[in-house]
Amino acid sequence: MSAHVAAREGAAPRAEWKPRVVAFFCNWCTYTAADLAGVSRLKHSPHFRIIRVMCSGRVDPQFVMDAFARGADAVLIGGCHPGDCHYMEGNYNCLRRFHLLQRMLGQMGIEKERFRLEWISASEGERVKTVVNSLVEDVVRLGPLALPGRLREWDREIDHLEAAVSERHEEATSHAR
Amino acid sequence: MFEPAQQNGSPRIGFYVCHCGHNIAGKVDVTAVAQAVARFPGVVLSRDYKYMCSDPGQQMIMDDIREQKLDRVVVASCSPLLHEHTFRTAVARGGLNAFHFQMVNIRENVSWVHDDPADATEKAVDLARAAVRRVRLHRALEQKKVPITPAVLIVGGGIAGIHAALTLASAGKKVYLVEKEPTIGGHMAKFDKTFPTLDCAACILTPKMSAVRSHPNITLWTYSEVTKVEGFVGRYRVTVKRKPRYVIEELCVGCLECIEACVFKEGKFYDEFNQGLGKRKPVYIPFPQATPQLVLIDPEQCIEFKSGKCKKTCAEKCDRDAIDFKQTERIEQIEVGAVIVATGFQTVPSEKVPFYGYGRMPNVFTALEVERLVNASGPTGGQVVTREGKAPKAVGIIHCVGSRDEKTNRWCSRVCCMYSLKLAHLIKEHTGAEVFNFYTDMRTAGKGYEEFFYKVMDDGVHFIRGRVAEVSDWAFTPDEEGKLVIRVEDTLIGRVRRVPVDMVVLATGLEPGPDSQQIRRLFNMSCSSEGFFLERHPKLAPVDTFTDGVYIAGACQSPKDIPDTVAQAGAAAAQVLALIDAGSKELEPNTAYIVEEECSGCKSCIALCPYTAISFDAARKKALLNEALCKGCGTCVASCPSGSIRQNLFQDDEIFSEIEGLLTPVT
Amino acid sequence: MRYLYYPGCSLRSTGKAYEESLLSLFRALDVPLEELDDWNCCGATAYMAVDEDKAMALAARNLSLAERQHGRSGQTQLVAPCSACFLVLTKTDRYLKGNPEVQKVVGRALADAGHSYAGTVTPRHPLDVLVNDIGVETIAKKVKSRLGHLRLACYYGCQIVRPFASFDDPRTPSTFEKLMEALGAETVDWPLRTRCCGASLMGTIHAVGMEMSYSILKEARRRGANCVVTTCPLCQLNLESFQQEMNKQFDDDLRMPVAYFTQILGLALGIPNDKLGFNKIIIPPPMTSGAPQGGEPARV
Repeated sequence: MSAHVAAREGAAPRAEWKPRVVAFFCNWCTYTAADLAGVSRLKHSPHFRIIRVMCSGRVDPQFVMDAFARGADAVLIGGCHPGDCHYMEGNYNCLRRFHLLQRMLGQMGIEKERFRLEWISASEGERVKTVVNSLVEDVVRLGPLALPGRLREWDREIDHLEAAVSERHEEATSHAR
Repeated sequence: MFEPAQQNGSPRIGFYVCHCGHNIAGKVDVTAVAQAVARFPGVVLSRDYKYMCSDPGQQMIMDDIREQKLDRVVVASCSPLLHEHTFRTAVARGGLNAFHFQMVNIRENVSWVHDDPADATEKAVDLARAAVRRVRLHRALEQKKVPITPAVLIVGGGIAGIHAALTLASAGKKVYLVEKEPTIGGHMAKFDKTFPTLDCAACILTPKMSAVRSHPNITLWTYSEVTKVEGFVGRYRVTVKRKPRYVIEELCVGCLECIEACVFKEGKFYDEFNQGLGKRKPVYIPFPQATPQLVLIDPEQCIEFKSGKCKKTCAEKCDRDAIDFKQTERIEQIEVGAVIVATGFQTVPSEKVPFYGYGRMPNVFTALEVERLVNASGPTGGQVVTREGKAPKAVGIIHCVGSRDEKTNRWCSRVCCMYSLKLAHLIKEHTGAEVFNFYTDMRTAGKGYEEFFYKVMDDGVHFIRGRVAEVSDWAFTPDEEGKLVIRVEDTLIGRVRRVPVDMVVLATGLEPGPDSQQIRRLFNMSCSSEGFFLERHPKLAPVDTFTDGVYIAGACQSPKDIPDTVAQAGAAAAQVLALIDAGSKELEPNTAYIVEEECSGCKSCIALCPYTAISFDAARKKALLNEALCKGCGTCVASCPSGSIRQNLFQDDEIFSEIEGLLTPVT
Repeated sequence: MRYLYYPGCSLRSTGKAYEESLLSLFRALDVPLEELDDWNCCGATAYMAVDEDKAMALAARNLSLAERQHGRSGQTQLVAPCSACFLVLTKTDRYLKGNPEVQKVVGRALADAGHSYAGTVTPRHPLDVLVNDIGVETIAKKVKSRLGHLRLACYYGCQIVRPFASFDDPRTPSTFEKLMEALGAETVDWPLRTRCCGASLMGTIHAVGMEMSYSILKEARRRGANCVVTTCPLCQLNLESFQQEMNKQFDDDLRMPVAYFTQILGLALGIPNDKLGFNKIIIPPPMTSGAPQGGEPARV
């Protein structure tokens, strides 16, 4: 709880804060859809950055964790619709990992709105826009995640605990003597 | 662990940001981007330029590589899907490995989709930072070449497939033409005349159909469907299912005596070729010029199949014993280097436009039905008559049925204005009836099209500008008794009109065929939002798809008329020829590989690979990856618990560095 | 299923015959209808055209009252016999469930008045209730005198199946005909069953309204109907009360009875005529076979 408060305090003031969303888009469907959104000049929120991978199945859970740990406020994975995967079933593998990972992130206090998996086909430029906008809207509502600050706070807490434990230990041994 | 990414000392990265005229520079402050990137570690040179993809732009990269001893290059411009190849080539021509390059998309992903210049510039810098960090880690890669089997599969035997097949066959390539109907010819074979020249469709099509049949390089499989496609460009392994006709192809000469001899004295069943306006027997040939000239039996209708108690007069009559009630489907396996998908379209089903009363009021016809009515070999011998057999005195042609309409399809089907003009002319010629065209806009762009429009106006055909609200059979005035009444707002005179006619023709639009989704999945293609197959680039790669070696032609890509379809089929054939004659094709080197000493032999990757590229070496207890089978999705890489599977172009450290670059706070 | 009854203004004025016959009918079918307490204008007519938000706020108040009266179990069916009421209530209910803009504006208006709407009420037209809840077969079993002498033009009007086709096809609906045929009546197949009667145009651009209503009556006669049956008080008014004027204007001799479907049902179920409001309509339908078109005013 204290970590949470510290993180909120340590974050940039709300007024200056801009959400940062990292998006992993598969080359064949969602990245192409993002291109289509561009060609169609569909204006949407600038607060997301795309990393292109060949398939949503390539998205290693560590990429997601790393993005959060480095200060992303949300992570979006975009893949082909079920049954439409360019590599037949990479998106299903992504889906399986997604559910596990979302649960795990939840245990770390990362709200489920901050981690999304969306199926967006090459023709759905419009959907890129709506998904990105709604995700950024969610993030703005939730506020900064500021996980790096929280992680530092956790580290401090653990150091503190360790120190306390070893003190107690020393006391105990000295007592025994 | 990793082979060191850099050969010697710190990297020398060259960064280029493209203005793309105003496309990027109008929103992104490109000078600021170049300045910001110049300060990133490893960047020795940072420039902005009007058009990086132009010849001078590419030359600049090549010169800088030599003069400034660059060993890595990053270009921030458009989508890598558009120009990654261009810049990789430039980098290679400059003397570097083509993969010591990374592209940043600041047009489609930034300048075209964001409003605020400050936000756009900030995002461009973030993306550039990620690329600069990433490119330092890039490994030199070799592209593998695959040989191209000089054989082509063409799916769909309409005019597009026919034209492409003949072009490729006459260039000496082996062609397999697969058509799901019993005959080739497609929609065009059903037309009477073609606009704007009024050539008889059969006269220009049937010679090409018989040329397909007789060409030694073409294997024609009608009544057949592609059921499975495996492999990759240069070597697709295709499975084709050939449905039984119950007639031995090699024996049948198309004398049609079996049809005459059938126990059904008259046709009784829906005649597909004539849109149901005629009736056919269970043993039939779709139409007189069908290619191949082979009869077939419909087992759903034939008495022998239903009861086993038919006198089998058809078989008795056949002196070549060509009828075989026990025939079963045949499976063919072929290997081809490339595929042309030319599966055409369907007309918008009239159920989608209930307010025009098709099916409820008998004298509402579809345009395809009228094509058959005006055709001399059609069900009425060329008489344009109502379903009661009477010549109409007035005919209304309704344009844009299922086109340009929020409720059905939003797109313009491109051909309906012209074919409506053609039908108006033919109906007038055949019957002398008054013909009314109800149009939204007349779209007659094409060689000789506008002239044809004027000719039809001169014929005395009426044109009423307005979208028809409904066709009904209720009479308000005596002259409407017994007629169909077309209610429309005439937008040129600003009044609602009721036009009584004897016959209504629905100019139904074009939409993707009923099995287009299935075909799309089969060949791993994408669709645009309407459901037509998606071309690789709307202007510069109109017949390519995102799957290498798979091309599209004709109305399966978008509605188009015969001239455009033929042109596109020729273009697709030329692309295939270029591919085959090059002899080989370079593959993207994004395959995975296993670092054997790190593999724990857990086998979790093996089941994940949809291409069975990973196997298990039981003796050494290690997974083995066959790079020739790997298509480079990277699913196994993400799943390997020991991190022993790597993917070229998408290494873990490369992606981590991208994440790090994106999320480094701006100072 | 519990039914709350929302009469709306018409059923207490020009459409009194509709209310009388409807209440008698539901009583005869043993289906209780409980009137909504403190109901107000549905928000239809010109209100919807002038200020949609205010119109929907009015409708929403009725929906909120229904929740207050019957709870939020999701079982509450709000029966609105007037087509306009039915449409506005349906539209408001759907918008309040699906349109964030409307949710905001109307929700605020409701809150200011101490109301709220959770979206648990289903507005229903009695035709839908009779056919889909009570059932044609149940009704057919209760028929006491079959109506073989009636050739009915079932006139849905423009609002109960469009734009929200909640219980029938929007272009070629058929529930009405099924219900009437179960009474032994014949129905005519005609294309104008969902055509607009002219509605308020009868008052604003009278000539247009006249032609619209006239064309409906004329086609009904042309198809051999001896009575038009309607589900809407405004349609009934427009179609019935201007016939004399139509005859003058179009040089015709129309005398087409225009009855509420609830009256026809009441006839078949043997409900006495005086409980069906026949004394409140101008041209009653033929009561027995062989009666001339129109006939004398009902004797009770």
